[in-house]
This record gives sequence, structure tokens and C-alpha cells, in this order.
Amino acid sequence: MNRTDFKNIIQAEKTKEQNAHTKNKILVCCGAGCISSGSEDVLKKLQEEIKNRGLEDVEVIPTGCMGPCNQGPLVKFNPGNTVYQKVDCSNIGEVVKSQIVDKQPLEDMLLFAESREKPFVNANEDPYYKKQMKIALKDCGDLHPEKIEDYLLSDGYAALDKALFEMNPEDVIAEIKQSRLRGRGGAGYPSGLKWETVYRYVNDQKYVICNGDEGDPGAFMDRSVLEGNPHRVLEGMAIAGYAIGANKGFAYIRGEYPLAIKRFELAIRQAKKMGVLGTKILGTDFSFDVEVRIGAGAFVCGEETALIASIEGKRGTPRPRPPYPAESGLWGKPTLINNVETLASIAPIILKGGEWYSEIGTPKSAGTKVFALAGKINHAGLIEVPMGTSLREIVFDIGGGIQGGGQFKAAQTGGPSGGCIPAEYLDVKMDYDELTKLGSIMGSGGLIVMDETSDMVDVARFFMEFCVDESCGKCVPCRVGTKMMHDLLQKVCEKKATQLDIERLEELAVYVKECSLCGLGGSAPNPLLSTLRHFRHEYDERVQAERKSSNLVNQKQNV
Amino acid sequence: MSTGKTLPIADLPQDDPRVKQLNVKMKKEGYKPDALIEILHNAQNSYGHLPLNVLQYISKALKLPPSRVFGTVSFYHFFSMKSKGEHTCLVCTGTACYVKGAQKLLDSIEGKFGLKQGQVSEDGKLGVQAARCIGACGLAPAAIVDDEVQAKVIADELIAKLTSKLEAHEQN
Repeated sequence: MNRTDFKNIIQAEKTKEQNAHTKNKILVCCGAGCISSGSEDVLKKLQEEIKNRGLEDVEVIPTGCMGPCNQGPLVKFNPGNTVYQKVDCSNIGEVVKSQIVDKQPLEDMLLFAESREKPFVNANEDPYYKKQMKIALKDCGDLHPEKIEDYLLSDGYAALDKALFEMNPEDVIAEIKQSRLRGRGGAGYPSGLKWETVYRYVNDQKYVICNGDEGDPGAFMDRSVLEGNPHRVLEGMAIAGYAIGANKGFAYIRGEYPLAIKRFELAIRQAKKMGVLGTKILGTDFSFDVEVRIGAGAFVCGEETALIASIEGKRGTPRPRPPYPAESGLWGKPTLINNVETLASIAPIILKGGEWYSEIGTPKSAGTKVFALAGKINHAGLIEVPMGTSLREIVFDIGGGIQGGGQFKAAQTGGPSGGCIPAEYLDVKMDYDELTKLGSIMGSGGLIVMDETSDMVDVARFFMEFCVDESCGKCVPCRVGTKMMHDLLQKVCEKKATQLDIERLEELAVYVKECSLCGLGGSAPNPLLSTLRHFRHEYDERVQAERKSSNLVNQKQNV
Repeated sequence: MSTGKTLPIADLPQDDPRVKQLNVKMKKEGYKPDALIEILHNAQNSYGHLPLNVLQYISKALKLPPSRVFGTVSFYHFFSMKSKGEHTCLVCTGTACYVKGAQKLLDSIEGKFGLKQGQVSEDGKLGVQAARCIGACGLAPAAIVDDEVQAKVIADELIAKLTSKLEAHEQN
């Protein structure tokens, strides 16, 4: 298929859309969250309901994640953007009757009806959505993830078309550099620079890898993007391939995400059929093919060299860098590895320009960031905000505050590699550098809110246990160090530790941080160090408690 | 060693559909060692777990040392050499679920069925596992009972669900 054919197809789809008699659309969230709340049954029931009522101008569409998973299953009525929450098979009939037949929204069931004085009929006016800015998540929750036509209607593959016909690879890289996009996997390395490095290595074979091994417990951003808008990621990969000169890509997706794998594989087949993937894309000389590789459950495989080993069919153990994958990666060839969210941000940058993107966010962290809100928070789910939004806005304005009216104690970011942000820093501007200053990291975007019932020493122990389990065992500092730290933390939890143990913990943390081979070990002490920094009294209380009781024993013996 | 001329000597029954499926997959991947993980996924899907003789069979077919195959299987959490039980209950122990009491779920399962995570009941009917994170954090605590995700799980309801599964099983 050449460019003209492609444009004709889009035009035909647009005409079809305009002439369609189904002007009303009912979108049912079929993200992983809503599915487990029963949205697939709602979808079936809704289709029956529409048929029984003979409503011919209504189309029912399953979509990706809409955001507030906790309120699911969610159903959205377009036009009008009216979102209903906690819809089930018993009340869907009533909703359809009020919304479509009587044209009178059912207020009690609108999104956030229980917490708003007057719920918004147009959900976009609710502070939950108003404070957000969707770039990576755009279309996620608005289109059918299993239909390439829906994506085409929403400027799908237009960025690839623009890159191939109006830009050369250097221009694409310059655009990404200008956007100041940083890697969304957690480390925040400038993406443009990474692309340029791979581009500069001359080799007849290069690879693009999409890192979808979202192992961080408490994070589900990549899952939602892959499930909600797989074509966007695929388009990002193809543009990356064009820019660096690769003709082959791999998407490494967690085995725990069967739906994401299914939808991404389907997207690959559809894109090939459409001619936007495969050989001679849109009639140009550029060919690019993508294969899915299924992860097998190892957190360390999120580390790039371990991920490469895993794609090569080996144990996922990291190797020392340099050489970096940009020089010698998959099968020794120059390889570009980007996170799902990074790749999902590429198409809009190409379409709207790097300058547009760079103006969003803070000077050092441009753009938006997707966060997975979870824990003791009212509106748990998926959000996307400009970089630099304060934690307070995220937790209280968007997140709706603490569940059960409790007190905010801390927010944990970055999972087992990150740290906790205590209440006194609620006004911190969320970007890469500010979080690093507080001893946490941006991480991939998991944000777990804790209230006063959370025991911070136990939180540190929980993450350390995770690292013990997930350490690949290759280097001693990580393999032995995490175990030693875990045992000491266990001792503190059981109130058997002394002040010396705390000192040992601090000492060990430095060794493990400095001496480990890869990022897993290098960041494993972070939750410990951060809880020690902000919640030291919780450690001291246990140590002192122990000392007091031993004094008591001594006194008794003296008597 | 000859390269790829004949199929490896079969020590698995070749008329077993699971073996046939495995053969097709290995052939499709061109017996490349790189495809080991893909092939293991395929085998685990059809067998439910990875028995030792299947691993030996794969190791011969791909001309890989058994240590390399075993090393890979034991490295990844997803692969298991033991049967997971006819009914499975997988409790998510990710951070969000931890904050919302995943441990209570595991404790109550242990209290009722005497099974810790990673254990299978003696009759092989029920297996209990813990997952690092299933990505349903917005609905914590979460569990998966026989491939069906359970959201905002309450311990008593989970126990009741498992009990009814086991009872239904006995009636059949």
C-alpha cells in the first residue's frame, strides 16, 4: 500500500463516520480494572438492552482504561461525555432509559456522585479530569483498542506518515531532542540523546525494544496503555525504527498481562495489513517488523541488559555497562530500549512538534507523567498530569483524599527502588529532580498512598523482602546485602534490634548501593534509607522499647 | 553433532497432542536456543507446569545443555516444575494490595485450608500462590481464582468462593 491508498482509506473512514446513523456512542471501559469489576457482563447486557429497545442510532464500544478504576465498571455516553460509575447488569437498563430515552441524566449514578455536592454531567468538568492533561493516555478510554480504524480516525499513524515523507531521521531525532522528553521507565535519561547515540553507530542491523516488563508492584500504567491504545505504542516503535535505522523491533510484555499481549499482537497484525508495518511501509524503502516477547516474571528484566538476555532466551541477569545497549545490545547489535509510556508520547511530539511538548511541565522535566494511584486513596486509578503538579493536587484534588477520612501519612513512589514522601512535603512539585532531592525517585509512576495505619518500618521490610526475592543472584552485594538488610529489618519489626543494628543497616545500605552491578541492587536500599530519613522515630521507638524492657529485666534481677 | 537433519529421539509419546503442539512450536522457531523462553511458555500452557521429562525433551531438541534449560526455568517465577493444583488461588502481594491487607487473605487461607503460598493440597485440588503484582492496584486487594480476577477481596468471601469451587468439584 502506498501513501495515496493510505490517505484514501482514512478519507473513506472519515466519510463513513460522518454518514453513520449511529450518532450516539456508549463506551464501556474494558480495562483490566473494570473487567475484574464485571464490565464485560455489563457490555453484553447493554448490547441486549439497546437491541431490545430498538435504539438503532446507538453504538456500543468497549474501550481501554478510563481512569478511575475504583469506581468501575464505568460507562460513558457520547456526545456529552457523561460518565456513570459502578454500573452493573441490574442497573444498566435504568441508566439507558434515563440517559438515552428520557434524556435526563441519572444523577445518583454519575461519576463521583457520592463525593460531589452536585456531580458533573460532563465528566470533563470534574476536577478529577480537569486537572489532568492526557498526552500518552489520549484516546485511551475513547476508542476501541481492537480496531485500527478507530485509531486512524484519531490521527493514527499520521505521525509515522509525517516522519516518513516530510522528515529525515536526523529531523525526527532533533524533534525528540527539542521536546526534552525523558525516559518514562524511571531513570529519566533524555530520549533524544539515546536515539541519537544509537543512530550514530553504523551497523547493518539495529533493533528497537519496547520495555513493557512493568515489574514494579503497584504500577499499572504500561498495562493500561498497551491494553487501551496498542497502536500508539506500535507507531512510536516504528518512528523510532525509522529514526535510528532499525528494521526490527521487539515488544517485551509481562506474562502477567495476557490481555495486553493479545491486543498488542492483534494490533501488529492489523498494522501489517494496513501497510503501516512490515515491508516497504506506505510504499517507502523503510521496512519495520515487530515481534512480541512474553516476560516470565522477573523484576530484574526491567533492567535493560537483563531484558536483552531474556529476549535471547537466557536467564535474565544483567551485565556490566559499558558497552551500553546503544552500542552492543540484542545479539551484539546497536539497540534502542524505550519504555511503553515513552513510546506512547512519540507520535504527538512528531505531530505537534518538540517545542509544544517542551513547554509543558517544568524546565528540567518536560511533558506529562502517568501515575497509577493506589493504596488508601478514594479515586484509585490511572491519571496523567503535567510534570510539576504538586503531590497535594494529585492526592487531594484528583485522588479525592484519603479513604475512610484518614490522615495522609506518606506517598510511596518508585516502588522497591524508590522512597516515601511524608506529609510535610505534600507541596513538592512532582518531577524527576525534586523527587530525587527528597530521596525518592519518579520511577515508572506507581504512587501508593498510605495513611496513619501504615507502619513505615514494615513498609521498608516489605520492599526489602521483594528485593531479596527478585535479586538475580549474580553479584554479591545485592544477593547477600539485601538478605542481610532484610534480616536486620525483620529484627527491628520484631523489636529485637539494638541501636547498633540500625547503624549496621545504614552502613550496609551504602555498600549495597555503591557496589551492586545493576540498578536493582543500586536502588534496593532506597526504601530503607528514605523511611530512615523521614520516619526515623518509628525505628527508634522500637529500639528504645527494647532497651527499656531489658533495663527492666536488669532492675528486677538487681532487686 | 548433525545439525537439524532429524528430529531428536522421542522419549515423550509422539501421539500426545501436547507433544505435537510442542513439536510444532519448536519447528516454527527453527529449534533456535534463543526461542527457549517462548517454547517453555508454550509447554507450560499445555501441560499446566513443566515436568522434568518435558524439559529434557526440549533440551535435546534445541541442543542445549539440560543445565541451561533448568537454569532458565528455575530463574523465572512464571515457570513451575510442580503442578499448581486443579484449582488455583493466586493472591496479589503487590504494594497496593499489601497496604490493603493481602497478608490477611493469605493468613485466612492458611487458617482454613492449611496451605501457605506456593503449596498445593495433598489431593492436588487446591494450590495457593502469591504474585508480585497483577496490575489491578486500583482494586486492591486483588486475587485470581482459576483465571478470574477478584476485585476488592474480603477474606470471608474468598474462603467461601474457594470452598464452593472445591465442593462443586467433588460433586462432579
